[in-house]
Amino acid sequence: MEFLDHFGAVFTWSSMLILCAGTIGGLLLGATPGLSPTMAVALLIPFTFHMDPAQGLMLLGAAYTSTVAGGAVSAILLNIPGAPANIATALDGNVMARKGAGARALQICFISSAIGGVLGILVLIFLTPVLASWALKFGPSHLFWVAILGVTIIGTLDSKSVVKGLLAGCIGLWIAMIGSDSIQGVERFIFTEELEGGVHIIAALIGLFAIPQVIEMLEGGRKDPRRTVFEVRRANVWRSALETVSKVRALVIGGTVGTVIGLIPGAGGQIAGLVAYDQSRRFSRNSAKYGTGESEGVVAAESANNAMVGPSLVPLLTLSVPGSPTAAVLLGGLLIHGIFPGPDLFQKHAAVAFSFINSMLIGQILMLVFGLAIAGLAAKVIEVKPPILASAILVLAVFGSYSVQNSMADVAIMLVLGIGMYFLARYGFSPAPLVLGIILGPIAEHNYVQGRIIGEAQDGIAPYFLTGWLNILLIALVLLSLVYSIVSEIRVKRQERAASAEAAS
Amino acid sequence: MKKFAIAAAALAVAVPAGHAAAADYPTKPVSLTVAYSPGGATDFQARIVTMVAANKGLLGQPIVILNRPGAGGKVGWNHFASRASTDGYQMAAYNVPHFIAQSIKFKTKYNIDNLEPIANWGADPAVLVVNKNSKFNSVKDLTAWAKDNPGKVTVSGAGLFVGHHIAFLQIQKALGVKLRYVPHKGGAPALKSVLGGQVMAGVNNLSDSYRSRSSLKIIGIADLQRDKQFLPDVPTFKEQGYDVDDSSVNFRGIMVRKGTPQAVIDKLAAVMPKMFANARVAKQMRNGGSPIRIMDRAAVQKMWKERQKFLTGLLKDL
Repeated sequence: MEFLDHFGAVFTWSSMLILCAGTIGGLLLGATPGLSPTMAVALLIPFTFHMDPAQGLMLLGAAYTSTVAGGAVSAILLNIPGAPANIATALDGNVMARKGAGARALQICFISSAIGGVLGILVLIFLTPVLASWALKFGPSHLFWVAILGVTIIGTLDSKSVVKGLLAGCIGLWIAMIGSDSIQGVERFIFTEELEGGVHIIAALIGLFAIPQVIEMLEGGRKDPRRTVFEVRRANVWRSALETVSKVRALVIGGTVGTVIGLIPGAGGQIAGLVAYDQSRRFSRNSAKYGTGESEGVVAAESANNAMVGPSLVPLLTLSVPGSPTAAVLLGGLLIHGIFPGPDLFQKHAAVAFSFINSMLIGQILMLVFGLAIAGLAAKVIEVKPPILASAILVLAVFGSYSVQNSMADVAIMLVLGIGMYFLARYGFSPAPLVLGIILGPIAEHNYVQGRIIGEAQDGIAPYFLTGWLNILLIALVLLSLVYSIVSEIRVKRQERAASAEAAS
Repeated sequence: MKKFAIAAAALAVAVPAGHAAAADYPTKPVSLTVAYSPGGATDFQARIVTMVAANKGLLGQPIVILNRPGAGGKVGWNHFASRASTDGYQMAAYNVPHFIAQSIKFKTKYNIDNLEPIANWGADPAVLVVNKNSKFNSVKDLTAWAKDNPGKVTVSGAGLFVGHHIAFLQIQKALGVKLRYVPHKGGAPALKSVLGGQVMAGVNNLSDSYRSRSSLKIIGIADLQRDKQFLPDVPTFKEQGYDVDDSSVNFRGIMVRKGTPQAVIDKLAAVMPKMFANARVAKQMRNGGSPIRIMDRAAVQKMWKERQKFLTGLLKDL
């Protein structure tokens, strides 16, 4: 309970000011498409040069937690996930917003974010020593199977048809191969100079989600006859809180999946939200409603991607090995103040280390307060006239994709992918499985290549990938997931046939 | 005719203006392109060494970091070597041996002939590390085991044709045994695979390995001298009887495009080493566990040429 002794440092005027600034700034940065948590933290590090170590880290901690939640705002209101972590939030959250329940969706999102976030930080505080060595056990073979597990959910993710989902996933896998690959040392599909660096996930995310919407809005003109305008309903905070808490199953699944995936170095919190969403749907009684504005989906996705924040720092704080891109950036923020993470961090720099962790805990609460405060107003975005909204989204999309790497090439890639997606969407394809393919492709490929080299040096490739309890457990999960997909596909087809037979008779 | 007159007039104005600009350079902030993501080691160090640029007696203008990552640095350096201005207001950070190895191995728009070094700020040697519980306590142990078990020793490192890979090739040659290189996406995952026991050994940066030293054994340093500041007890490969020099040491510094006026280059070459030697810079670098090695323009020019020759030979057979 040592962390309680250090709470004093957080509750001073100057610290609270920094925490509030970090949280509000983080929410705004997170809500801007293109500014992922990693970027936000990296941008803030120079500001901490002149602060004292504890306060500098408080700023980073608060900003990190709130940018993760902030990314959900644009996902829900504009259907543009602020970061890959928020893709799953958009699936149901945006449908809710379109039906006029944006305020409720935002409230539920912030409440479940805070619940998941606090859970994750508590895991970080109490279980760090136990989990640190466990996190290291994940080698290339395990990560390969984790990626394959992700591939198995591609088909059922946000698609009417498994085949179309898988096809979109394959396009994503192909896009992920473009560029020069540092592991294989080769250059692939570089038709023009702009593709040398490959397709950045953020540029792809913005293009695939935002551009088709912009085109559709402009297509409709000033008065779109197809567009049904729902009234933006006010939402009661307490009712939303009650609704969130009543989704116990989604919260438990989200929290657990987020924590476990957060711990695995290299898997990336990017897929935590999607995996939790998918699992929650499978175990849910109203799984058919997922994708039609079911708040349970928002709860599962947001609790998972915030629960991931705490555990993703376990390998960094105890072993000085960053497990995620954001953790790598935070390492820089720690080093600049002469703080070396490692087994003795909590003895040598207890005050600073606990201020950092406490600031993330308080950051969750502040994020909840500020988030709920803006939810009602922010939801009115949906009432903005389509031409104006389309222009605003286009500006944000160009700005967001440019700012990731200061590169016009990314803007071009974003536009090309977006226009391509517009046509694909007309044929019933959806962007979520495509993005998942882009994320999972490199994880699967790189870990397979590494595993092959290590396997060849040991007893062979097959024993390396197929033996060991962790491998077998993961393979079992992959098979279960596959069987589930096939069974549910057959069931859906049978129902469809029955329905059409009924209609015919 | 009119067009010609305008062009001539513009030229007449531009030429003397160019001279004047070189004399009181710099009159506005200067940018420094970093070909890696924000938060990485190069970005982190570049921000520290440039933070006092605006001081009197130094540049007198701030240096702004511009990240242009992608393809292991190739995107940023290609852009710099083909598009940057040559007036001294756009500089870039270099990483040797990365950019030289890439210019040999791939079709790049940059090479040591179209870039002008200004000064070097840091040098991060590669070290050979094994897990704390490893049966190897020295390079000799590892070599002996690898002789009996050819191709069984797996060694992690960050990617292909980067400093780690070059150090690996050099070490393998010097040890005279067959080792297996396992490329990773960056130095941190490569170090993680040593800590987690997925590979038997790893080539990594001195600074990162130093931070994880409580769970690692650092058995050799690929440099000409020991590192007195951080790892005084770790012997070099040379000391242990293996012919590995400093060719894989990761040098970081500042460069401009060829065609930059000599006056501007001279001014930068005089000021930058002074800026790197600033007391506040030194303190922050030490805090971050980043080894400083300041070299002037002449020394860097010589080092670039040596690396070009060495790497051309080393990469020829690959």
